[in-house]
Amino acid sequence: MRLFVNITLGGVAEGLIFSSVALGLVLIFRATNIINFAQGAMAMLTTFIAFSVLGKGVGYWPAFLVALACGLLLGGVVQLTLVRPVQNKPPLNAVIVTFGLLIFLEGIAGAIWGNTNRGFPAAFSQKGLVVGKTAVAFSHFDIFIVVAVLALSILVGVLFRFTTVGLRMRAAAFAPEAARLLGVRVGRLLTLGWALAAVAGALAGLLVAPTSVFSPGYMDLILVYAFTAAVLGGLDSPLGALVGGVITGLALAYVGGYLGGSLQPIGALVLLIVVLMIRPEGIFSQPTARRV
Amino acid sequence: MLEVENLSVAYGAVQALKGVSLRAETGSITAVLGANGAGKTTLLRAISGLVSTQTGTVRFGSRTLTGMPVERIVQSGVGHVPEGGLVITELTVAENLELGAAWRYGRRERARHLNEVYDLFPALKERSSQHASSLSGGERQMLAIGRAVVSHPSLLLLDEPSLGLAPIITANLMAVLLELTRQEDLTVLLVEQNARSALSIANWAVVINLGTVVVSDRAETVAADSDLRHHYLGF
Ligand SMILES: Nc1ncnc2c1ncn2[C@@H]1O[C@H](COP(=O)(O)OP(=O)(O)OP(=O)(O)O)[C@@H](O)[C@H]1O
Ligand SMILES: [Mg+2]
Repeated sequence: MRLFVNITLGGVAEGLIFSSVALGLVLIFRATNIINFAQGAMAMLTTFIAFSVLGKGVGYWPAFLVALACGLLLGGVVQLTLVRPVQNKPPLNAVIVTFGLLIFLEGIAGAIWGNTNRGFPAAFSQKGLVVGKTAVAFSHFDIFIVVAVLALSILVGVLFRFTTVGLRMRAAAFAPEAARLLGVRVGRLLTLGWALAAVAGALAGLLVAPTSVFSPGYMDLILVYAFTAAVLGGLDSPLGALVGGVITGLALAYVGGYLGGSLQPIGALVLLIVVLMIRPEGIFSQPTARRV
Repeated sequence: MLEVENLSVAYGAVQALKGVSLRAETGSITAVLGANGAGKTTLLRAISGLVSTQTGTVRFGSRTLTGMPVERIVQSGVGHVPEGGLVITELTVAENLELGAAWRYGRRERARHLNEVYDLFPALKERSSQHASSLSGGERQMLAIGRAVVSHPSLLLLDEPSLGLAPIITANLMAVLLELTRQEDLTVLLVEQNARSALSIANWAVVINLGTVVVSDRAETVAADSDLRHHYLGF
């Protein structure tokens, strides 16, 4: 029983990290119908920038904010310079561009920071909390993960649901031509969508780094799991990304905890296949909104 | 005043418009008529910037619209109700209308302008919080028109607004259009298959055939010319 609780708690925290990467994938997919294979690599870059800023001795939180700000900028710049030219081209063009960006960013990071495994500090203690007299596998840092990802999700939800910018973003994503006929500057909103997605990614990068080895490829596997989560949630639903992430995190935690960690990637694959067989449109997708 | 001069548009090898010129007076309704494939939709899409033109200019008032991006054209006061309405089915009725008003009005003013639309089309009011996907064809058409007029455009482009509507609803719609034009000093280009009902409210009529203007005259004159009616309008 204690093992089960510990595995579950760990799975939730891990899953919420997948959620934040998946949220980025979903924001981009529903706005531009593109899968951003560089979502993890962009997060890696902003986290390495935070790492360098930390090295200057400015403290954790300024570095944290620098990473998020760099994410905002990076997402916008990537959309304007690389994605816009391939926006209305065959989908393979976008795949090549975002995949190329992944390789490019990891190469750059390797050149600047080296391909060695480093450690990245955590915002809070990673030691398990003590409940009553027993220690559980859930730390202050895990609480921070839960709070940070939920806060981000709520912010995105409020933005979409209750603000004019959010209304325009939804319109631009669902019906770009109709939106333009209503005076919506669709191009700008796509840039904003990429920028927000990259902020979600930057947050994920900062949350993953302390829990794994920190090297230019450290987000690669996370991206695979986040993709699983995003597909699970329907690829175009932010709420789906959140729930999909938690489900993926739990599934991987149980596979890892009971069957062995080396089986986790296969576990993700099985989960993906099962979902695609039972409910190909994902759990939360609005069928009318789905264009693939 | 809308002035279209020598407008040509091609889709690849298909020459959809060949040097179309027309004028529409402020405060008047101009019916744009013609057979399927004549180029009526293309004309409207060229005016609102949705398709790029090979030659020609579109001027509205003192502005040259040609070459401006769609959203800027819309923000210069051009409302376009596209063929089939294109309501955004994933949004609610109210959200569709909000979006139409948002480029022009702040949050507080919007409510008032939404209410004007609800007065024009009471059916929309009852369904304001429903998703547009749940509307009937006629209600969608009302929403598409409401969404375009909520921002009080000075030029309204309507592409077959009566498509799929029952005759009585079409008659209502035409009455609403007439009222809007009179009240608001609106210039209207009305594309219609239903030539008879369009001519009944229009001041002017332009008949397009295979991408060229073949007739441009007062609506009564066109309606009274039986040869022309038989030849191009089928009634
Ligand atoms: N996207 C497109 N690609 C290629 N050809 C097109 C396209 N849209 C229209 N056309 C062609 O351009 C010509 C004019 O089309 P348009 O839609 O303007 O006609 P229309 O007068 O609106 O017809 P309808 O009354 O059927 O709506 C037609 O020959 C049509 O086949
Ligand atoms: Mg047409």
